[in-house]
Amino acid sequence: MTALRNILIRLSTTAVTLFGVAVIVFVVIRVVPGNPIAMMLPPGATDDDIARLEALYGFDKSIFQQFLIWGAGVLQGDFGTSISLRQPVADLVLGRLPATLELSIVALVMAMLLGGALALMGTLYRDTTTEAAVDVTAGMALSIPDFLWGLVLILLFGVLWPIFSISGRVSPSLDFDFATNFYLFEALLRLRFDVVGHLLSHSFMPALALAIPLAAIIAQLLKQSLKETMHLDYVTLARTKGYSEQHVITREALPNAVLPTLTLIGVQFTFLIGGTVIIERLFSYEGLGNMAIDAVINRDLPLIQGIVILFALLFTVINLLVDMLYVVLNPRLRHA
Amino acid sequence: MRDARAEVKRPIGLRLWLSGGWIALLALAAIFAPLIAPHDPLAQDLFLGRMPPFWMDGAEPGYWLGTDSLGRDVLSRIIHGAQIAMIVALVAGTITCVIGASLGLMAGYYRGWADRVISRLVDIWMAFPPVLFAILLIAVLGPGLMSIIIAIIVIDWTRFARVIRAEALTQGAMDYVASAQVAGRTRFSTMLAEILPNVLPTVVALLTLEMGIAVIVEAILSFVNLSISTDSPTWGGMIAEGRTSVHQAWWVLVFPLVALFLTVLSFSQLGEGLKDRFDPVLR
Amino acid sequence: MSAYLSIRNLTVRLKNGPVILRSVSLEVAAGQVHGLVGESGAGKSMIGKTLLGTLPRAMEITAGEIWLDGTELLSQSPADRRRRIGATAALIPQDPLTALNPSKRIGPQITRRLVDILGWTAADADARARELLDEVQIPQISRVMRSYPHELSGGMRQRILIASAFAAEPKLIIADEPTTALDVTVQKQILRLIRNMQHRHGTALLFVTHDLGVVSKICDTLSVLYAGKVVEEARMQRFFMRPIHPYSQALLAATPSYLDPEGSLMPVPANVIDAVEEEVRFHDIRAGTR
Repeated sequence: MTALRNILIRLSTTAVTLFGVAVIVFVVIRVVPGNPIAMMLPPGATDDDIARLEALYGFDKSIFQQFLIWGAGVLQGDFGTSISLRQPVADLVLGRLPATLELSIVALVMAMLLGGALALMGTLYRDTTTEAAVDVTAGMALSIPDFLWGLVLILLFGVLWPIFSISGRVSPSLDFDFATNFYLFEALLRLRFDVVGHLLSHSFMPALALAIPLAAIIAQLLKQSLKETMHLDYVTLARTKGYSEQHVITREALPNAVLPTLTLIGVQFTFLIGGTVIIERLFSYEGLGNMAIDAVINRDLPLIQGIVILFALLFTVINLLVDMLYVVLNPRLRHA
Repeated sequence: MRDARAEVKRPIGLRLWLSGGWIALLALAAIFAPLIAPHDPLAQDLFLGRMPPFWMDGAEPGYWLGTDSLGRDVLSRIIHGAQIAMIVALVAGTITCVIGASLGLMAGYYRGWADRVISRLVDIWMAFPPVLFAILLIAVLGPGLMSIIIAIIVIDWTRFARVIRAEALTQGAMDYVASAQVAGRTRFSTMLAEILPNVLPTVVALLTLEMGIAVIVEAILSFVNLSISTDSPTWGGMIAEGRTSVHQAWWVLVFPLVALFLTVLSFSQLGEGLKDRFDPVLR
Repeated sequence: MSAYLSIRNLTVRLKNGPVILRSVSLEVAAGQVHGLVGESGAGKSMIGKTLLGTLPRAMEITAGEIWLDGTELLSQSPADRRRRIGATAALIPQDPLTALNPSKRIGPQITRRLVDILGWTAADADARARELLDEVQIPQISRVMRSYPHELSGGMRQRILIASAFAAEPKLIIADEPTTALDVTVQKQILRLIRNMQHRHGTALLFVTHDLGVVSKICDTLSVLYAGKVVEEARMQRFFMRPIHPYSQALLAATPSYLDPEGSLMPVPANVIDAVEEEVRFHDIRAGTR
């Protein structure tokens, strides 16, 4: 019962947050100087033409009225029509979302593998120079944001040793008909590993750039909680039972040490998705973030609103999911 | 107790020297940019386009780090770019720190409705992708140095508010705070006299970190062409240009990138080092 | 009577630091209970740790031999030693609250090791676990085996750990202050349980404790450890009737329930401690361990 109540409370605060985001973005972008409608029309358009288009997009009403109309539409799944692309915002945004989700998930998996490996290595060789090396590496990786890692990777793997594709999500030469916009997942499900390889060679660098700072955080936190767990009695007991050190770390200590790191990955994953905006731009990756920057440059108000709300929704849903995952994985909370 | 231990001299680590040294060098370069820079950072010479740095064949004497596609001197542009980077780091970093830390301190110490309002705002802010928020703000405010500084403040105050609020909450629950109040201090003066000194090491570490982030945000905005006017030399602008011609002239991308990399790394290492040095609890 | 476990002249020190164990020797006969008594800091749990190969990394063994069932252990590689100890010895740990993995159910915590290390079938291991849980008087065995540690009381958990220690019929069990973390009422039950289990299974037991009262209830022989050195080794009856070493005498006098059941508690007098320290140093200098 309390669990249900907690979920209801979380949902209501989520709703308040989303409402706040909607209000802020709605107000902020309407302060933009320059009339977006006037920019759309060829020079020489009459005031009449402008007024007609303004009425079409609803810009002739007050901000409050516009917000009500827009809000009512959103609740019915109608996010309006993009000014610059002249298509429904919902279609555009949902069409691009899979690309950004795939990139983020590949990055998350990379970060967990990299960070986990570093943490395990540091724990296995604790109190040696290997551990010190892990600490220094993680500290450096954490200080540098994804944008700079992206540029460094472009130089390394795009110019110096050009083995990965430096721009786009797929090459135009790829001969494969995708039925969905989840290219990577679709290729995996259809067991077309050549296509998977192609897609990964495109997403490798942007994903790695996003993954490096998160991997560093995971490495630091997981190593710390692993080292704390290694002193507990049940770990010692496992050692006396004849298990190897690797087994003791991965089977006995890791499942318990991983929980605090896991909650943190939730928040950090939303930061990572926030980072896709500039990383997609940097690697000309056709995702939501790249589209968002174009929308801002083109003053495409309905599209900006749609994208920002979708990002906010994504962030809150992820946090909710991680909280639920935490309850599922922690036996102590499950029965409480 | 606390003061006495903070006075104890600890050896300044190598990383403090290195990072502090690079920042100092950069500050000097920024102040004396017109005197040091060998060329006018804006002067174009189409006959000297994409000259390589001095050690390579075909280098033009006097253009140490080569030229970009318009024949502008890369070294001079980096030195002048340091001006904007330093101004943004200092001004935006400091103001963000003061606003964010004050709000966090109030939320964590007074709790109640102040905490509810501030925490709710932080939640809303956390639901925005920060880079998109910054780009949106610049689009609203129009390009320019002031706009960048305002955008950084508006976006990043939550970083301070979140961390300082949590620290003030734990400090506020400690007995020494209660005893200070029993001794007759007002709540406000308790906050300044008892809580603030204890969260200060964290504030300092966050501040230097924020300076590095401010430099990055400026570079990102320049990169998407929304920073200052297109021809003033900024590292981000140089990187954006270098990115498009990286296969023809890698040096246009590499040198400003190295400057940015070292600066961000130095700021964060400086923060960590200072925190260790001033934190009375550590070591 | 042959010794099942024999530790000879074991010396352990902090790397580049003070000596923790000074040429310690002790023997545990097959099927017997040997008490290892000392104050906290005397180094008694370090003996168990050396034996089980869980010595902290900051410590090193500088001399000595450990014979377990006719095989010398310290000359073997750490991996071999670990395997050998895992197969023949088991530990009953001090704190039942932290000695069970919080994220795993009770059943697998008993059976996994039988399957993984000793190569039993899952069905055999499961049957064995039920048999032992029944032996340590756990009610509702099926339910308990499906539980997580936090759902059970401290006494229950200690019974489970005891069952787990006996699961593979080890020849030697090391009990490291197994009752210290428990309530006084539970302590007695657990002590009786360990004694009964030890009798029934004929296991040699090294019982590490600071409590002479506990020793008197359970042990056949004992060693008194002081400042990293064995100062007296004796059979139980002889020790309680006629302790030889001044520290033993003082320790016995400080234990309420023995010499004088109604009398007051006597602290170990400071001059005795000084005298013992002198003597220990004297021995060390003679033996050349410092």
